[in-house]
Amino acid sequence: MGRIGVFVCWCGSNIAATVDVKAVAETLGREPGVVYAADYQYMCSEAGQNLLVQAIGQYKLTGVVICSCSPRMHEATFRKAAARAGLNPYLVEIANIREQCSWIHKDRQVATEKAIILGRAAIAKVQLNAPLTAGQSPVTKRALVIGGGIAGIQTALDIAEAGFPVDIVEKEPTIGGKMAQIDKTFPTLDCAACILTPKMVDAAQNENIDILAYAQVEKVEGFVGNFTVTIRHKARYVDPAKCTGCGLCTEKCPQKRVPNAFNLGLDNRRAIYIPFAQAVPKIATIDPAYCTKLNTGKCGVCAKVCTAGAIDYQQTDRLEQRQYGAIVAATGFQPISLEKFGEYAYQQSPDVVTSLEFERLMNAAGPTGGTLLRPSDGKHPHTLVFVQCVGSRCQGDGRGKTYCSKICCMYTAKHAMLCREKYPDTEVYVFYIDVRTPGKNFDEFYRRAVEEYGVHYIKGQVGKVVPQNGVLKVQASDLLENRQLHIDADMVILATAMEPDPTARALATQLTASMDTNDFFTEAHPKLRPVESPTAGVFLSGACQGPKDIPDTVAQAGAAAAKVIGLLVKDHLTCNPCVAKPDELMCNGCSACAQVCPYGAITYVDKDFRGPNRTTLRRRVAQVNPAVCQGCGACTVTCPSGAMDLLGFSNRQILAEVDAICK
Amino acid sequence: MVLSYYPGCTLKNKAADLDRYARLSLEKLGITLAELPNWQCCGGVYPMASDEIATRLAAVRALAGAENGTLVTLCSACHHVLKRTNEDLKQDETFRTRVNNYLAPDKPYTGQTKVVHVLELLRDTVGFDRLAQAVTRPLGRKIGAYYGCLLLRPSRQMQLDDPENPRLMEDFLRALGAEPVIYAMRNECCGGYVTLESPGLAAARARDILQDAQAAGAVELATACPLCMYNLTKAGAGLPVTYFTRLLAEALGLTEDGTDG
Amino acid sequence: MDNREITRITGVNPRKCMRCGKCSAVCPAYDEMEYHPHQFVAMIEGGAVEELANSRGIWRCLSCMACMERCPRQVEPARLVEAVRLKVIRQAGKNHLLPDQIPGLLDPDMPQQALVSALRKYGK
Repeated sequence: MGRIGVFVCWCGSNIAATVDVKAVAETLGREPGVVYAADYQYMCSEAGQNLLVQAIGQYKLTGVVICSCSPRMHEATFRKAAARAGLNPYLVEIANIREQCSWIHKDRQVATEKAIILGRAAIAKVQLNAPLTAGQSPVTKRALVIGGGIAGIQTALDIAEAGFPVDIVEKEPTIGGKMAQIDKTFPTLDCAACILTPKMVDAAQNENIDILAYAQVEKVEGFVGNFTVTIRHKARYVDPAKCTGCGLCTEKCPQKRVPNAFNLGLDNRRAIYIPFAQAVPKIATIDPAYCTKLNTGKCGVCAKVCTAGAIDYQQTDRLEQRQYGAIVAATGFQPISLEKFGEYAYQQSPDVVTSLEFERLMNAAGPTGGTLLRPSDGKHPHTLVFVQCVGSRCQGDGRGKTYCSKICCMYTAKHAMLCREKYPDTEVYVFYIDVRTPGKNFDEFYRRAVEEYGVHYIKGQVGKVVPQNGVLKVQASDLLENRQLHIDADMVILATAMEPDPTARALATQLTASMDTNDFFTEAHPKLRPVESPTAGVFLSGACQGPKDIPDTVAQAGAAAAKVIGLLVKDHLTCNPCVAKPDELMCNGCSACAQVCPYGAITYVDKDFRGPNRTTLRRRVAQVNPAVCQGCGACTVTCPSGAMDLLGFSNRQILAEVDAICK
Repeated sequence: MVLSYYPGCTLKNKAADLDRYARLSLEKLGITLAELPNWQCCGGVYPMASDEIATRLAAVRALAGAENGTLVTLCSACHHVLKRTNEDLKQDETFRTRVNNYLAPDKPYTGQTKVVHVLELLRDTVGFDRLAQAVTRPLGRKIGAYYGCLLLRPSRQMQLDDPENPRLMEDFLRALGAEPVIYAMRNECCGGYVTLESPGLAAARARDILQDAQAAGAVELATACPLCMYNLTKAGAGLPVTYFTRLLAEALGLTEDGTDG
Repeated sequence: MDNREITRITGVNPRKCMRCGKCSAVCPAYDEMEYHPHQFVAMIEGGAVEELANSRGIWRCLSCMACMERCPRQVEPARLVEAVRLKVIRQAGKNHLLPDQIPGLLDPDMPQQALVSALRKYGK
């Protein structure tokens, strides 16, 4: 029987208001093996920790139970304190009487009884705890950034600046992402390309950055500090080493009717293309879906005109493995499909466009050279109707998103303002549910659109758009005037909700990183660890974590970089000693554990065992690599013979807890 | 193939053509509509209050009386009432219990019958490809499909097609050799039953629809609903409105004089 | 008259409304209603059932369900209108349309469906 000390934390009133902490300490103090029990206002405070340190020394404690908040919050704090007092940190157990007790109960008596039971379970467990020593694993000093938009570029630049090599994997032929498609940026109205393309060039020229464009992550193995990533380099059918980016092939290719994805299909490009003039890397790519040569074997014009001899129709996808210490997800967003929003006539009329399409229509490098023209007839539009919250803030309608997409109020104000500035003869209406402008100089920006530029802001929604005789008949409500409006518009611009890029879901599976119900990556803590995934070594940058504007994205990108740098400067990482451990005498070598292990930590060896009558039996038994094992416990519950145990969470310990609860 | 069929009261009277051409055409396509014996009027409108049981009983009797698990409907209103009542029986346990307690059938009815509109039957059972092959007199005209409200909404229960951008009737018209005309007002209300008390309101709604269809180039409208037919025809505007079954019969060469039945 | 009966028989929770006004934007009977669909929701929430019951709008709603289909929050204003209508006609002698009135409203082309539907909507 050990000598256990119990410490009951009040957490101010968080616990003490609902749980009778004195009664808990007194009751637990009478448990067998407990030699000291106390309650204290804030155990995590310096004084609280000192109380723990002193008691360990004074009462020669061999085990400690802290009844407090979740171990996610302060387990590390108390373990460190125990270590200071010379007690192995793994002899500390936390009973969570806050999140799992005081916060969810109202009845003081019920909560107190439950707190006692939780404490008793922890005491039963700690009696069986063994001292554990954490091992170390080396850190590969290279980072991988997945996604080459502004988030990925900024993260890579910041990591590279700190002196660490970093690779950007981008699925498109060029980095730049959505920001490259945007015309001007709010609230300053500076040109997006003017501030983005220098960063793209910086990334390309930085010796520490390797841009792997037109590539995708195929497989991720390993763990924090030691990831092995398989990257698929998609076939461009162009030799990147030879292509000079002169663009001659993109002018001579006879296949002219390929929807230009960079301009969101608003114009056409050729089958061999460079997405835009400032593309990085500036290398031509053949679109295999449209290339005549690749589909029929005839043509070959691009190969004939290429003076560098860079065209290679035989090129195939190539797989490559690289090692990384840290991975940053920066997969970004896309506007949702408007397929299910037929009432806005997006499918019916080319003059109904998304806001991102509108960016291209206003952009000097866009399909109209920056002159705003109606897609249907190329005429100058006079009346423009902007609709906000298209697909945002929907609940249970089966077609939209529940969240606010955050950036639409601001970019719509920008669009409306730019319209009025460039074309003072236009009437511009913005239909809104709420105007949300929390950000530095944001509300001032919106007010300028109203006050200086005369944009008509109307509280209400558009219900139906009827394209008729070349006009878009817009039916809407004006809630403040309490009337139904009928506006004949020339263009309707839909502020379409944003959603995570569709590649994010598969990536999350590869990374074993968690996502929310909307497929945004989940952060380790919504407030205190916003750029880290709960999966160690995986970090989050930009809109893949939630809707974000450019300033927020860049700030978060830098924060993610700082976290990566903090990891890469370490030569070694302390491993979690709570790893799986097989009992070789009970293992029958069935492989069930190896099959469920998500980390590939389990292998098999043939080992000699002493058999009956001085014989030797050679048996196949499981072996766990403690540096790779993350202690998830999947193997322990899979093992049919109960041979696998998790150190610190052995079957015996768990059962002792259950017994204590059921007592 | 013989399928149970619920015609509804209007199809026995003012909308006899809607019914007649359906039977005639489907017979040619190998489907016999077997009219339910002793069917009662569905009530015309679906009662939206959950505590209304009696007003949905006629629909339940029809649904329970269908043979071989399928009940074919034709009138938009009847289809709407029968389909939604059937969905209620599947999803609303209180309603299901109360209905069965009241009707006390030999075997409890729990929504197992599949309610199939003739348009769905043509799409899913006959198939528009096969229908196109059976066409002997392609229509060749620009026809606008008029869906109205009852076939599409609420989509959660009706499950017929995309409620905002449907294609079922357009695909049907294409199979008949017509050129379907898409116009935005095809799923807006014709004025419905309010025509009885407030003809002006109904007429205004119908005119908006006709104007939009005409602007889009339609020379004719196709409908599945007798009330839509009435409101749209009454609003005039010179655009003929035809039951979709009449168009079907015409394309299959079954109309008496070959052109206008 | 309070709103509990209304929310009970409709299953509609008017608190889900975020005041976007899409229902009033799509309503084809908007001009004929003193209280428009979005107001209907707000007034039910506030308990102003009596005013709604006395309004002409409840007899003008076309039950076209456009407001139900397009509401981004699944509030379903049409159900509320129907419930208020029922509140009225379920009272003795409060039918909005009597069989005696019908001959005067008929025209020879009107389908039976119109009569049946109107009788169901306007009376008990």
